[in-house]
Amino acid sequence: MKIQGNELQIKGIVAHIDRDNIDTDQIIPTEYLKSIKKFGFEDYLFDGWRYLDGGRLGMKKNDRKINSDFILNNSPFDSATILLTRDNFGCGSSREHAVWALRDFGIKVVIASSFGDIFYNNCFKNNVLPIVLSKEDVDKIFNISEKEVVELSVSLDAKKIVFSDNVEFKFEVENNLLERIIYGLDDVDLTLKDKQIIIDFEQKRMLEKPWIYAND
Amino acid sequence: MPKTLYDKLWDEHHITTYNSGESLLYIDRQYLHEVTSPQAFEGLTKKGLLPWRLNANIATPDHNVPTERGSDFSMESIEDEISKIQVVELDKNCNKFGIKQFDITSLNQGIVHVIGPELGYTLPGMTIVCGDSHTSTHGAFGCLAMGIGTSEVEHVLATQSLKVSKLKNMQVVFNGTSSKGVTSKDIVLYLIGQIGTAGGNGHAIEFSGSYIENISMEARMTICNMAIEGGAKVGLVAPDKTTIDYVRKHSELSSEILDLAEQHWVSLKSDLNASFDKKIEIDVSKIRPQVTWGTSPEMVIDFDAIIPNPDSSSQDNKKNIELAKNYMGIEADQKLTDLKFDRVFIGSCTNSRIEDLREAANAVDGKKISINIIEAIVVPGSGLVKQQAESEGLDKIFKDAGFIWRDPGCSMCLGMNPDQLKPRERCASTSNRNFEGRQGNLGRTHLMSPVMAALTAINGTVSNPS
Repeated sequence: MKIQGNELQIKGIVAHIDRDNIDTDQIIPTEYLKSIKKFGFEDYLFDGWRYLDGGRLGMKKNDRKINSDFILNNSPFDSATILLTRDNFGCGSSREHAVWALRDFGIKVVIASSFGDIFYNNCFKNNVLPIVLSKEDVDKIFNISEKEVVELSVSLDAKKIVFSDNVEFKFEVENNLLERIIYGLDDVDLTLKDKQIIIDFEQKRMLEKPWIYAND
Repeated sequence: MPKTLYDKLWDEHHITTYNSGESLLYIDRQYLHEVTSPQAFEGLTKKGLLPWRLNANIATPDHNVPTERGSDFSMESIEDEISKIQVVELDKNCNKFGIKQFDITSLNQGIVHVIGPELGYTLPGMTIVCGDSHTSTHGAFGCLAMGIGTSEVEHVLATQSLKVSKLKNMQVVFNGTSSKGVTSKDIVLYLIGQIGTAGGNGHAIEFSGSYIENISMEARMTICNMAIEGGAKVGLVAPDKTTIDYVRKHSELSSEILDLAEQHWVSLKSDLNASFDKKIEIDVSKIRPQVTWGTSPEMVIDFDAIIPNPDSSSQDNKKNIELAKNYMGIEADQKLTDLKFDRVFIGSCTNSRIEDLREAANAVDGKKISINIIEAIVVPGSGLVKQQAESEGLDKIFKDAGFIWRDPGCSMCLGMNPDQLKPRERCASTSNRNFEGRQGNLGRTHLMSPVMAALTAINGTVSNPS
């Protein structure tokens, strides 16, 4: 098979944030949602925790008061590509900016024991892979990651996370979602390939449920 | 096989299921606002596409708009240059593509989830999407309504459909009558306290029971609005006489077409023996006024109960409680009733409808706000709500009590406009999220009902509303 999108192996350093229910307002605060662009959010990821001052859209990392206690401000975690966290990551608002901020920072994989539904969907549109592991498995990686720098390898096609010492964690993800990341597919193009089914459905609906179209 | 309401709505809008297992769902209505649409319009332009069905879309600016506008205000009057760009961009895109917009000068402008129903654009049985998680609000009309990301906004603009996997079914039955001073906001906060913010993940929640049957559309909207705070992107109430009366009052459709629609709408309910993957029954008569103490909507208790102590909590929860209490500036043995408040916000897509304003006004009539309160603001959900409230004299009651009466918008729910908390200010808020920094960097938010927030303005602390 021809790979047009991404590599099938993602390797990288794990940054851990030991919290449940990290909401999208923590991932990127509302101030930065004022951007009309789809890129350029890297300096605003986890803004409230990463800096000691309040920021504004357009300010850069170097203009800010850095919170040196926060993991992503410290080497080698500032170049992490894998984020490890707990329950219900990405709950709250539907802002896709949360995924854009993770992606722009360089995060390619987020491992958690569960995710907010809308955030989970948004990830696959932007080449970020959310991986659900059991609480026990998340605990195991946390236990190591809190003591030493962990490097993991994630195999997209084999659906497994591999530790350097060959400890493996299998994960589940729907193939159609995974394929979006592997091939970098665009949903609009895909759907419009067979637009006749939508036209047919709509024409039938116009006859059966005319009140939906009465304002048209 | 008996079907749930969600199953029926799914079936009615199901176009196809691909080999991958994913389904394509037809979308009847899309609401657009300035924050999550610019990148979607840009995507459409780059692909050289036009909106599939223009009139399926309704737009209004709400998140960024200042709420002290007065007369003669236009987009150009917005002082925050970055906010202005977003509002202007929405206007440009709506003009370019021909999408109906209620702009900042329109009487019909307001929070999308307030104006959709009140202008009759939300009809029972529709699929409704918006780049905003509180789209679940429209489920109060028996709509399959959900928040989506910007890529999906583009997909719906371009294809009038959404690629989704089917959710599981969850039923929440609220039976009984609520006590005096207890509102639908207290009921839904209580539920979130019980199931947690991930309790509804992967599910569509249908709310039913005698309590739901007896409450207004406004109260149902408050409950469905916060389904997402319990993890469920879809909240639902089956349409009944209350729903149909509301729609007939607000819709501009002819009575012939509404009669025809009604025949269909009455069939939109779960079959008697329909099976749900999760089921919860709650006796609402036992629920007392709820106020959040922490940084997640699930951190909620009776207004006079003891705030959880990390030392007596499970290991799992200990750290969450410690972090939240620390952020909120709550000392070890403090109760909610001990906390001194700085600001009060009555508004948001959860609680800015006429009924909410009536309840709050009733609670403050003839009283004055506490000298400890720096500012108490009332932000109606829409121009029409504002007009109605003013015709009933509610604005005067609020102003006489010391509140500031504002123009419609999302306002301090998320502080994208100038309405923000300063660091460490404590706010009694009728909004939906008490996340860290939600109302302003380092601000402290306590969620509660409009009555409770109104009384907090008067007393400076939370107190018994009954």
